[in-house]
Amino acid sequence: MKKLLLALATSAAVLGFAASASAQDKTKICFIYVGSKTDGGWTQAHDIGRQALQAEFGDKIETPFLESVPEGPDAERAIERMARSGCALVFTTSFGFMDATIKVAEKFPDVKFEHATGFKSAPNVATYNSRFYEGRYIQGQIAAKMSQKGVAGYIASFPIPEVVMGINAFVHGAQSVNPDFKVKVIWANTWFDPGKEADAAKALIDQGVDILTQHTDTTAPMQVAAERGIKAFGQASDMIKAGPETQLTAIVDTWGAYYIKRTKELLDGTWKSEQVWDGLKDGILTMAPYTNMPDDVKKMAEDTEAKIRSGELHPFTGPIKKQDGSEWLKDGEKPEDGVLLGMNFYIAGVDDKLPQ
Amino acid sequence: MRIELEKRPQASVFYAVLSPFIALVLTVIAGGIMFWLLGKDPVSALYSFFVEPLLDVWSLHEIAIKAAPLILIGVGLSICYRSNNWNIGAEGQFIMGAIAGSIVPVVFHEWHSPLVLPLMLIFGMIGGALYAAIPAFLKANLNTNEILSSLMLVYVAQFFLDWIVRGPWRSPEGYNFPVTRNFAPEAILPEILDSGRTNLGFVFAIVAAVLIWFMMRYTLKGFEITVLGQSERAGRFAGFSSRRMIWFSMLLSGALAGLAGISEVSGNINKLQPIISPGYGFTAIIVAFLGRLNPLGIIAAGLFLALTYVGGEAVQLTLTVSDKVTRVFQGLLLFFVLSCDTLILYKIRLVFPGRTAAVAQDGLQGGAE
Repeated sequence: MKKLLLALATSAAVLGFAASASAQDKTKICFIYVGSKTDGGWTQAHDIGRQALQAEFGDKIETPFLESVPEGPDAERAIERMARSGCALVFTTSFGFMDATIKVAEKFPDVKFEHATGFKSAPNVATYNSRFYEGRYIQGQIAAKMSQKGVAGYIASFPIPEVVMGINAFVHGAQSVNPDFKVKVIWANTWFDPGKEADAAKALIDQGVDILTQHTDTTAPMQVAAERGIKAFGQASDMIKAGPETQLTAIVDTWGAYYIKRTKELLDGTWKSEQVWDGLKDGILTMAPYTNMPDDVKKMAEDTEAKIRSGELHPFTGPIKKQDGSEWLKDGEKPEDGVLLGMNFYIAGVDDKLPQ
Repeated sequence: MRIELEKRPQASVFYAVLSPFIALVLTVIAGGIMFWLLGKDPVSALYSFFVEPLLDVWSLHEIAIKAAPLILIGVGLSICYRSNNWNIGAEGQFIMGAIAGSIVPVVFHEWHSPLVLPLMLIFGMIGGALYAAIPAFLKANLNTNEILSSLMLVYVAQFFLDWIVRGPWRSPEGYNFPVTRNFAPEAILPEILDSGRTNLGFVFAIVAAVLIWFMMRYTLKGFEITVLGQSERAGRFAGFSSRRMIWFSMLLSGALAGLAGISEVSGNINKLQPIISPGYGFTAIIVAFLGRLNPLGIIAAGLFLALTYVGGEAVQLTLTVSDKVTRVFQGLLLFFVLSCDTLILYKIRLVFPGRTAAVAQDGLQGGAE
């Protein structure tokens, strides 16, 4: 009993001491992550962006973050906590944080918010996204050149517009080189699950694809492709280490450029709520070095990349037919951004039925 | 040398009451050691984990919001566990309650009436109860293990929710993202105070806990639950039916989990989406045991677990430790609660080799007979 009381007293004493005071002269730029900051994919790319931001501004700013925040009621609390703790600018880096960001922003009109990949904004809420589909179009072209069989495998996560748009861009790019090119899709229904992604990769290879691409976050598909001796594309980060002889290129998310730009604007007092959808030309998206391919294919990829950068080429340029054979874009027509952001149909050439 | 647990002839009432507190203290100490090993100052870590959230009106509200579903589910589970029905599937009943309650604001979204909210809550309870009826039916009629059937139904519910928000209920205004339309204002649980966002869900939790406490303490039903839980045979002699008790306890806890689900969706999320719970149905199991299966204890335990969520976030931000800290604390807590309880009922006996052989010999002979 005596020991128990002692223990109680000790812990009470421990709890009693209050020691939390920190200097508040640095500007706080805060981040909310949906996953772990070492997930090897989406969240890690954001965290690398955060580190780039910190390195750029050094002592002038602090960049606290909360990781593995579930999309739901917890998100609202996490974001509000950030706003209360004196953050000047809060980046909420997952689609599912959209409504929570808007709600908290209403309560804290003086705090600025930036929500990744969403479509709702407010005077103090900007949105930002990356035109990943530009990179996928280039990948499609490379796939069509490199594939012997004319069939690629696509490991997809969830049937949301972002992912469907990526599949369509890949197919359209491939068909610009080989009109008969086909893509087989497997829905992993996860962003991050090495086991499932590897199984999907094996299943696709067994179905006869000889090029693999993915819209999931681990390097497992790259490793399977390496084992089975076919080529593949990396996602979100440069995955060359997982497949030195395998990776053709990768879409690399380089959010740092955007984070630095917006923080600069905040410090200058020129920050405005905008709906930014940047692409290759803005540096928010870069292609990993083109490797493991003949020079002519590499040259084609570089040319396409240059054309997209300069605005000469929009990856979705008509004529494009939907999967059911009806017309989507007329000759030379380009889609509105809103149509792309709500894309819920396949274009012709996808060997899959879109889950509805 | 071997360690054995030997049943105590008489469990100490004093320690039975004290055990959750001892477990709490041990958790805090173990947590402090963990922070120290991580190279963080344990004092300030424990301070921002356990004390800081209590000093701010805003975070008190957040604790109440977080505690509401834990308490609602926990008191329902306490009836199950007291009557020896091991419902592990409250998470699934929570989800099905949320879906059933959302029928009104999603399918009949053009119907505006003050009746919307009451109907949602009733549907939510029915949904949760019906979902709990599956393991109840299987156990009552086929003697199926309810631990397995209720647990596996959780995954079914999660996939059903996933399907329904991607498929038939997907919002036409949501850019094809997997969410339902946002609930209309009359379908949202009102907030009870101006100072923060605590909503009626917390009131439901407290009312449910008090009613069930009353039932356990002062009614025949409460006596029946206790008797059947402690000895089914004795209960049968008293004229109680354990089959009926399976139905009663499972339906009641399912209904409360369903109410928690629809309250959470209505009050906090305002729509359905693929993930609506960070595992409330499972955390509530810890809450039920930490509260010693007593509804009033469960209120306290629910608030404490809610504090670990809110505090875990605070400490993640101030000390940049991993978000897994919350889970570790909850795990430590459950571990210490269960071990303290074990030590109340049993004492540890060290068995030395000489005697071990004799015991083993006895065992062999026993087996041969």
